[in-house]
Amino acid sequence: MKFVQEFREGTAARRYARAVAAITTRPWTLMEVCGGQTHAILRFGIDELLPREITLIHGPGCPVCVTPLELIDKALAIARRPDVVFCSFGDMLRVPGSHGDLQGVKASGGDVRIVYSPLDAVALAGRHPEREVVFFAVGFETTAPANAMAVLRARAAGLRNFSILVAHVLVPPAMEAILASPRCRVQGFLAAGHVCTVTGYAGYDRLAHTYHVPIVVTGFEPLDLLQGIYMCVRQLEEGRAEVENQYARSVRREGNTEAQRVMSEVFEVSDRQWRGIGEIPRSGLSLRTPYQMFDAERRFGLTVQTTAEPAECIAGLVLQGVHIPPECPAFGTRCTPETPLGAPMVSSEGACAAYFRFRGHPRGEG
Amino acid sequence: MCLAIPGRILTVTDDGALTRRGRVDFGGIVKEVSLAFVPEARIGDYVIVHVGVALSVVDEREAARVFEYLQEIEDTRELEIRDQETP
Repeated sequence: MKFVQEFREGTAARRYARAVAAITTRPWTLMEVCGGQTHAILRFGIDELLPREITLIHGPGCPVCVTPLELIDKALAIARRPDVVFCSFGDMLRVPGSHGDLQGVKASGGDVRIVYSPLDAVALAGRHPEREVVFFAVGFETTAPANAMAVLRARAAGLRNFSILVAHVLVPPAMEAILASPRCRVQGFLAAGHVCTVTGYAGYDRLAHTYHVPIVVTGFEPLDLLQGIYMCVRQLEEGRAEVENQYARSVRREGNTEAQRVMSEVFEVSDRQWRGIGEIPRSGLSLRTPYQMFDAERRFGLTVQTTAEPAECIAGLVLQGVHIPPECPAFGTRCTPETPLGAPMVSSEGACAAYFRFRGHPRGEG
Repeated sequence: MCLAIPGRILTVTDDGALTRRGRVDFGGIVKEVSLAFVPEARIGDYVIVHVGVALSVVDEREAARVFEYLQEIEDTRELEIRDQETP
C-alpha cells in the first residue's frame, strides 16, 4: 500500500537508528503519546533498534483505556435495554465495567453492534426508526470531527432515534497533566500525528516553552517514529525545546480547519474524568446546548452504581508513563486479554495489550 | 482508535458540503469515504482516512522528505555514523 510499505523499509530504519546512536551522548526518556504509536514501536521492535540510552515510555493516548468506569457502566445499562441498538467501535467490547462488558451484554441477547464509522450508526438509525440507535462516541480529537458530523447528519435527516454517549477526551491537557506531575519522567514528546492532523500544532508552543520540553509531531510507521525520535533527541542534545513536525505529509500547522469548525459547532470543551488518572480540567468534549437532544445520557436519564477499580490494577500509572506493563505484578498472570483487570490489556491501543502480544509474558506464550 | 490509513480517491460525489464523499481504494479494498473535511481533494489524490472520514490530503512532496532528511543527516554526520559502525 502506497505511503505505508515504503515507511516500513528495514534498511532505512536501521540507518535512522544508527543516526540516533551517533548523536546520543547521554540518557534520554521520550514519551510517545498515542497508543497506535506504542503498538507500532513494539510490533516493529523500534525500541530494540535504539541505543541503550534512549528510553521510550508510553503515554495516555488510548481513549478506550481512559474512558471512565462510570461511562462504561452507563453504556452497559443502555445496551441492555430491549429498545436499543448499541453501536460501538470493536475496541470497547471487552473493556471491563463494574459488572461485565459489552461483549457479555451481546452474548446475553443485547443488540450490540460493531461499526466501522459513526456514519454507519446514523444510517442504521435511518433504516430502523422503531429502534433507539446509540453510538458510543469514544475518542480523541482525531475522532471527534467524525462524531460531530454524525450528529449534524442525524439532525439534517430529522432522526429522533439517534443519540451518542459522549466520552471524548483531548490530548494537550493530558500532556500538561503529565508534565506538571512531580513523578514526570518525560524529557521529550512524540506528539500524536493524527490528533494533530485535525488540531494542528500551534497549541503546543506554550507547553514546549513552559516545561522546556521538545515536542515532535510524529507519524505511525517505523520510519516516521525513528525520524521523530531522531528529531527529539537532536533537540535534547542541543538544549532546544521546540515544536517540530515530522509528519508533514498529513499535518499542517493550522490543522484541518473544516474539521475543527464542525467539531466546535457540535461540541464544547468540558472537564473530564480519565480512568486511572482522575479529573483533568477542560480535557473533554460535551455536546453544545442545541445538540443535547442527541445526548444519550440525557435521553436515558441514567444513574449507575459504579464499583471501585480492582486494587491490583496499575493502569493509571501505566497511562501516565510512571510504569511499563511488565512491571505490574498481575501482568500476564492474573491480568490477560481473556481476563483483563484493566482496559489497557484489551484495547488495540493499550500498552499492556501491546507488551502481551509482541513481547511475551510470564506464561511464555508470546 | 486514532488509526488512519492512506487511500487513493477513485470517484467524487459532490452534492452538499456535509455529504461530499468518494470511493477510496485502500490497496485493493474500496470503501465509500466522507470527503467533507477535505474540499480540496481530487480524484487521484491520496487521503488519510479515519473511521470513514478523510482528514487530510497526503502531501507527496513532504512524504519524500522523510527519506531526504535521512540522506542529509548521513551526509552531514557521515564521520560520526561511520565511527560508530566500526567494531
